[in-house]
Amino acid sequence: MAKQITLTIDGKQVTVPEGTVVADAAKMAGIDIPVFCHHPKLEPVGMCRMCLVEIGRPVRDRVTGQFVMENGAPKIQFMPKLETACTNKVEEGMVVLTRSQKAIEGQRGTIEFLLTSHPLDCPICDKGGECPLQNLTMAYGPGKSRFLYDEKIHLDKMVPLGELIWLDRERCIQCARCIRFQNEIAGDAVLGFDERGRSTQIVTFSDPPFDSVFSGNTTDICPVGALTTEDFRFGARPWELQAQASICTQCPVGCNTTLNTRREAKAGGRIVVKRVMPRQNEEVNEIWLCDKGRFAYHYTEGKNRLSRPMIRKDGKLTRASWEAATKLAAENFQKAKKNFVILASGRLANEDLFNLKSLAEHADGKAYLYTHMGGGELTSLVGVGQGTDFGKMGAGTTIVVVASDLYQEAPVWYLRVKQAAARGANLIVMNARETKLDRFASFVVRYAYGDEVKAVNDLGKKNKIGESFLKSENAVILYGSDGLGIAGSTALASACAKLLHENGFSGKPNNGLIGVWSRANDQGAWEMGFQVEEDLAKALKGKTVYIAGADPVGDDPKLAKALEGAEFVAVQDVMATATTEIADVLLPAQAFTEREGTLTSGVRRVQRFYAAVPVSGDAKADFAITSQIARHMGIILEGTSVSAVFDILAASVKSFEGLTYARLAEVRPQWPLVGREDLYYGGTTYENKQGMGAQLSAAAGRGETVSIPRVEKEALPRPKEKELLAVPVTRLYDRGTTILPSELLHQRIGEPNLVLHPSVAENLGVVEGQKVSVSFDGVSGEAVVKLSDAISVGVALIPRSMGLAIREPVAVKVK
Amino acid sequence: MAHVLLRHRDIPDIHKLEIYKKNGGFEAFKNAVTKMKPNEVTDVVKNSGLRGRGGAGFPTGMKWSFIDNKNWPHYVVANADESEPGTFKDREIMEGNPFQFLEGVAIASYAVGANAAYVYLRGEFWQIAAFLDEKIAEMEEAGYLGKNLFGTDYSLKIYTHLGAGAYICGEETALLESLEGKRGQPRVRPPFPPSYGLYGKPTIVNNVETLTNVPMILANGAEWYKSMGTADSPGVKIFSLSGRVRKPGNYELPFGTTFRELIYTHGGGVQDSRKVKAIMPAGASSSLILVNDDKILDTPMDYASVRTIGSDLGSASVIVVDDTVSMDWLINKTVHFFRHESCGKCTTCREGTYWMSHLTERIHEGRATRADVDLLLNVAKQMQGKCLCALGEFSTMAVVTGIERFRSDFEKVVKA
Repeated sequence: MAKQITLTIDGKQVTVPEGTVVADAAKMAGIDIPVFCHHPKLEPVGMCRMCLVEIGRPVRDRVTGQFVMENGAPKIQFMPKLETACTNKVEEGMVVLTRSQKAIEGQRGTIEFLLTSHPLDCPICDKGGECPLQNLTMAYGPGKSRFLYDEKIHLDKMVPLGELIWLDRERCIQCARCIRFQNEIAGDAVLGFDERGRSTQIVTFSDPPFDSVFSGNTTDICPVGALTTEDFRFGARPWELQAQASICTQCPVGCNTTLNTRREAKAGGRIVVKRVMPRQNEEVNEIWLCDKGRFAYHYTEGKNRLSRPMIRKDGKLTRASWEAATKLAAENFQKAKKNFVILASGRLANEDLFNLKSLAEHADGKAYLYTHMGGGELTSLVGVGQGTDFGKMGAGTTIVVVASDLYQEAPVWYLRVKQAAARGANLIVMNARETKLDRFASFVVRYAYGDEVKAVNDLGKKNKIGESFLKSENAVILYGSDGLGIAGSTALASACAKLLHENGFSGKPNNGLIGVWSRANDQGAWEMGFQVEEDLAKALKGKTVYIAGADPVGDDPKLAKALEGAEFVAVQDVMATATTEIADVLLPAQAFTEREGTLTSGVRRVQRFYAAVPVSGDAKADFAITSQIARHMGIILEGTSVSAVFDILAASVKSFEGLTYARLAEVRPQWPLVGREDLYYGGTTYENKQGMGAQLSAAAGRGETVSIPRVEKEALPRPKEKELLAVPVTRLYDRGTTILPSELLHQRIGEPNLVLHPSVAENLGVVEGQKVSVSFDGVSGEAVVKLSDAISVGVALIPRSMGLAIREPVAVKVK
Repeated sequence: MAHVLLRHRDIPDIHKLEIYKKNGGFEAFKNAVTKMKPNEVTDVVKNSGLRGRGGAGFPTGMKWSFIDNKNWPHYVVANADESEPGTFKDREIMEGNPFQFLEGVAIASYAVGANAAYVYLRGEFWQIAAFLDEKIAEMEEAGYLGKNLFGTDYSLKIYTHLGAGAYICGEETALLESLEGKRGQPRVRPPFPPSYGLYGKPTIVNNVETLTNVPMILANGAEWYKSMGTADSPGVKIFSLSGRVRKPGNYELPFGTTFRELIYTHGGGVQDSRKVKAIMPAGASSSLILVNDDKILDTPMDYASVRTIGSDLGSASVIVVDDTVSMDWLINKTVHFFRHESCGKCTTCREGTYWMSHLTERIHEGRATRADVDLLLNVAKQMQGKCLCALGEFSTMAVVTGIERFRSDFEKVVKA
């Protein structure tokens, strides 16, 4: 623990860790020192001059170094000038006056100076109502301006800093929080100041502009209304919004969010989600959110939302009652016996997956997880263990990232891993191509696609990198599916798990294996015992299939064909997809915004989300639909209360043992303080009042015997002449069903594409931006050529969910 | 008396290496490197009482002794960003007597253990930078710079670097930021450059004139240096004289020379034989000296004495203001300069200079009331003590002293 320093602030004795700045020390003691440029997550700069206070330091005897005493107390010498509380670190015996006449005058002066250039457009400003400048002006300002209104500077009010963020130049107070966030936290240094003096303005110098997946966070920490999002701009006044805790469903990180809702005239008087805000969880997302999480929620309210159960009659889907629809499904499931197959995705909650798995077990069917990535059962064996937190990783911990581009696949993990590396963690990034994380790595290992397992095995050997791994106190491996299908990722997981377990890096806090899944609750599905099937088409053909939260028909022509030949197809989903079109029975499910439940993140943290908006039509929660079907089959599954399902789940799934639904809602004190009354300090991030979740135990941590199967990986396909080896990669913004309805992201999603090395493109005679036709393994389609010299010459990258159904490495023909 | 700094005025062609050498050039550096320990060099400079010539007058030897010896490498940076309106002394040194300056850089580098030194020049000095590059190359060729100097294991490289035309880059931490390739904006101090400077490493930043003194101090000894000037401000100083004088220019004189001697003996007196109304002893950053009593002109020009008449000697860029000048015009000029040059980092200076410029403009154009003058004074005082760096404070000096000491000038231009 850091050395503790005791000082006095406004007569109150405060003890804080050494190195704390005065502004933070005051905050810890419940004393507000107004700030604009200071942010507890950023390096101090002392620019805005808002936190001016009087600072006195005890006089020390030059010879003895002891405090000089005066009237029985150390003699305090105050500096002649006010000092900034954000740049001065605490010192033993320091005396700080934040409300002296001198300090008050200094603070009032700064507010007056700031307001000379700030427009008086609070009534039409999005920030009005949650604006630090507005609030601090009320609390610390002079009340009346001496600056002539006619002499106010006028600047552009609608400057796009990219298609997601707008800049109002008049409102900007040049605090540089946005620039510093991008430089220090995001690691995407794409913003800067241009010009100087009163002409200083924020600019973006990237192409495309504001090229960062963390851009939305700048609007949270902007202390004025200078930065607003395209999504929320002019959308609502903050005081009209209701707030409900939720969990982001876009990736396995499990960022804590708050859904802001309002009754909306434009939506026919319905209550709708107006924006997604980060909710503080220092163990998960701190106070940040990626742009996908912030902006891709629109699918829950899309035009193609399902709200009525349907049954196919005479080849057409027609309205039916829940009773009739579930009964029809139940009859067919029962009839199918061993040919009953459940195909569910990690878009569903733990409770949904638990009921589905239970149904499959009772009905003697199979339960498959709809994913492109395997090996998840191993994460439940070796961990990560309870207590794992990227925020606590630093010197002594090795973090290996293999076959994953975290920036694209799990952006907030990227932030957290980057920070851990900055704290001294040994970061080893292993990938077949360059990724953004490479810059922060102690070691970068570049292998050829197909050599993933070998690269991981080499970590166990006595070489420089291997030794750095083996001698660490703790180690985690994040493995992904960059260039890998189910077989490849399963083999990789096995190699990783073996390496970790054999070297004692399993079951404990900050040790174990983390899957970089594509969906929010894939981890939950693995914990429930779902399996993957490599040849899914074969497994579905001729079967009675119950599909929940997945669109195999839309994703993959092969699966579409297989389902054409299925005996019976029941589809349960939030929205209409290509798969719902072929359904024999259609079961409309509630969106995560309309119900409650729990999700298990990739670091095995179970977290609760809550209902924020009313249910769309007759839609039901997935677990309830499954329960109703099961009842018709004579199987009793809890279907009324999520909390009851969770308790049953916790009693039957070992890793959940000891957890209760209520415990997941517990919160612990967090630093920095954020939330309504502290928004000038931490930004508009929401305080966590509805739960920080709890982590699952791992078999290795429970002392169980863990045996890891050795998985041989199949060899890569060999491209023939005029063919290329194509591998699947994951992009943050793709054409997936939960992203595409958010139109504001379309520019970032782009068209279906194929990434080639420039030299390969030259050989093929194609140029960047050209449309080519791509065909492989029964799939063909068009794609736009993109060039990158960060990949090896021999391969082409095909992003998943972008129109070309690539499951694993394949030989492709490009024309 | 022979010049100590402006030696090119006495010795023709001293900018040529052979001539400089013939006149004792590089002996001090050679002697230091081959016969003295670095801290002995620092001690000589300390004993000489040499104070920084950039404006602050901080004791040079003491600054050198602050270098953090637990953190390496060390750097020396020569501040050649000479941008203060009315200051033009460093330019003449570098153009006329470049080797003495560069030798000073070299000796300072040896004293603080730096193997790389940078000369940061304002962007407009690109010709001087090219000239210095030639001189540096000549020194390298002659074995005064480079590896294993004079057969020792001491090595030194000197580089020139051009700014892009910003006043703020004369502030040492903004200079360092700019030198690092970043935006020229001041850093919060402390930490000061001797512990956290260029690239976060211990760095000594000295003014050109300061460094140019060093070879002569080493060659002739601290006592010789102290025999000139005053006890508080030993040695000689280049006074850049400008304004309403007949013979503006640089005058190298001992500290303690009176304003009268500078203006009348050396500067030829005031143009049109008018009266001196005010003196700006430190360029645009000056507190205006009110010359309402002829005795003011007899004040010796040294750091302590100038303070007694309500100003600071600063960089000794003496601008003479005669009685044809109204102070509302003058402060309008200085405020517009500072508004233009404010880097924009801190609120106080960014918004304060902008606000003040509106007020001085209105006052000067006769569109203001007496209340506006009071407001201007109040705004300037509201800025004082609250800026991130000293340059923000500088913008208020002429305003506050102009209004307080020359109130009647303002009474004449305001509306009733």
